[in-house]
Amino acid sequence: MKDKKTSDNRLYKIFIYVALCTLAISIIVPVLWVFMASIKENSEFYGNPWTLPAGFYWQNFVNAWNTAKMGEYMINSVLVTVLALVILLVVALPAAYCLSRFWFKGRRFLNTAFMAGLFINVNYIVVPIFLMLRDGDTFLKNTLGTTFLLNNLVVLALVYAATALPFTIYLLTGYFATLPHDFEEAAYIDGAGYGETMVKIIFPMAQPSIVTIILFNFLSFWNEYIISMTLMSSSTGSRTLPVGLLNLMQAQQSAAQYGTMYAGLVLVMLPTLILYVCVQKKLIEGMTAGGLKG
Amino acid sequence: MRPNKGRSRFIVLCVAPAVILFFVFMILPTLNVFRMSLYERGAYSPTETFVGAANFQALMQDSQFIRSMQNTILLVVVVTIVTFAFALVFASILTHEKIRGKNLFRVIFYIPNILSVVVISGIFSAIYKPENGMLNSILSLLSGKTVTVLWKDAPLVMVSIIIAMIWQAIGYYMVMYMASMASVPESLYESASLDGAGKMRQFFQITIPLIWTNIRTTLTFSIISTINMAFLFVKAMTSGGPNGASEVALSYMYGQKDAGLYGYSMAIGVVIFLFSFLLSALVNYATKREPLEF
Repeated sequence: MKDKKTSDNRLYKIFIYVALCTLAISIIVPVLWVFMASIKENSEFYGNPWTLPAGFYWQNFVNAWNTAKMGEYMINSVLVTVLALVILLVVALPAAYCLSRFWFKGRRFLNTAFMAGLFINVNYIVVPIFLMLRDGDTFLKNTLGTTFLLNNLVVLALVYAATALPFTIYLLTGYFATLPHDFEEAAYIDGAGYGETMVKIIFPMAQPSIVTIILFNFLSFWNEYIISMTLMSSSTGSRTLPVGLLNLMQAQQSAAQYGTMYAGLVLVMLPTLILYVCVQKKLIEGMTAGGLKG
Repeated sequence: MRPNKGRSRFIVLCVAPAVILFFVFMILPTLNVFRMSLYERGAYSPTETFVGAANFQALMQDSQFIRSMQNTILLVVVVTIVTFAFALVFASILTHEKIRGKNLFRVIFYIPNILSVVVISGIFSAIYKPENGMLNSILSLLSGKTVTVLWKDAPLVMVSIIIAMIWQAIGYYMVMYMASMASVPESLYESASLDGAGKMRQFFQITIPLIWTNIRTTLTFSIISTINMAFLFVKAMTSGGPNGASEVALSYMYGQKDAGLYGYSMAIGVVIFLFSFLLSALVNYATKREPLEF
């Protein structure tokens, strides 16, 4: 009887490890394969896909960076992501602070409105945003003779920040609400103003939440492609990295520049992978603490 | 008490930027989705004519739209069920079993979540490539003859998208459930084990009921999220092709926008918006149970 149980247990253990390893391999192998493919020469792509690269063919990266303009797109992506994060924090932090710690008329209404915003997905509203900006551009052209709303990285960053507001404010108000009011009262007695108290006392305490917000929104801004594709649609205008990669992948179907395409893929995912390796613990903690993000 | 004027000015200064940004880029476009669905709009001129429910009537006769809705429902049902089943089982294993490299597995399973959907579609195009693709070469090796399955062609394209979506989503939900399962007291399992309850029984009668609230919330949100993710995947992987075989509702909406049929496109948006909310509410209602305390 006891023997049967231990052998059952062993079988169960083996089964578990096989299942876990299968899933892990199905994730790790394709990702590593792309890294491997990015240093292969074009001729190596005909034949067995599992052969190791003949050598380090760095030309793929040079081609991707220069010819396919991924270098330029990378700078655009860095600019948009950083700018959007700055706008988001500058706008969301004070708003969340007031919404959670001050009583004023309309506070409840605003809180409910931002909560409702959690359910608005950008994929639905990207078309109206596009039309609004295009109409704005038409108006600007007629009055000023110049347009700057579409194909503008700053406007794109502004839209990113706006669409991230509901979740960020939700996360921050939840955190601010847990702080005791004594902090502010002590600061006021010492003669500090509202703004000073907020910036010097409260914001430093919110640092863990701020880190979580930066991490999650960095990933979502860096990886986003639908809004970017729609608002930066001019064929001559600038692009962000994922949209550039999408174009590269579509061009590759006719031109068969495999090496360049995989080098492009590596360029897009490497920053997120490096970030993930550095902060994975923080990221997973933040995710489970912050609740859901669709 | 401080002068009230300074206080109100402070609040307005803090809250106004967030409210303006939120209103212009989220509320206004959302209202516009509903308004524009009742209008016909010229592709290049901003003149609009009111057409009432004509867009919606046309939708009901549009076989391409009906197919895209069917695909959406198929994706939501299959991806949600399979993802949740895998995520729950893996989370339970990683929480309760003594597994070597537990953390490593968790870190690996979460990787797809930090990659851009464009990158994932690039990885999967390398997997699904008919000649010299990863999947076909493994199948050739196993079967002993050359396999050239066209994974992105009509009969299989939906399966291919489903696999990619599940691959991306498992880790996210698994990490989520690991957090909630860790809070179930170990003593419950010990006493169940003493009473002779097997692993299966423990899983269905202790784990699942005790984290039911969490499952229910994630389920409700995952429906809305899957409808959106389906769009991101389809747009990057197949653009709805071949011949609209993999079109989902939101990608069809986006395609109508590209064709300049803005009113029609927004009517589709309204239908999916309402559909996703109704479905979420329905699931939320159907999964209602008395919460268990532990």
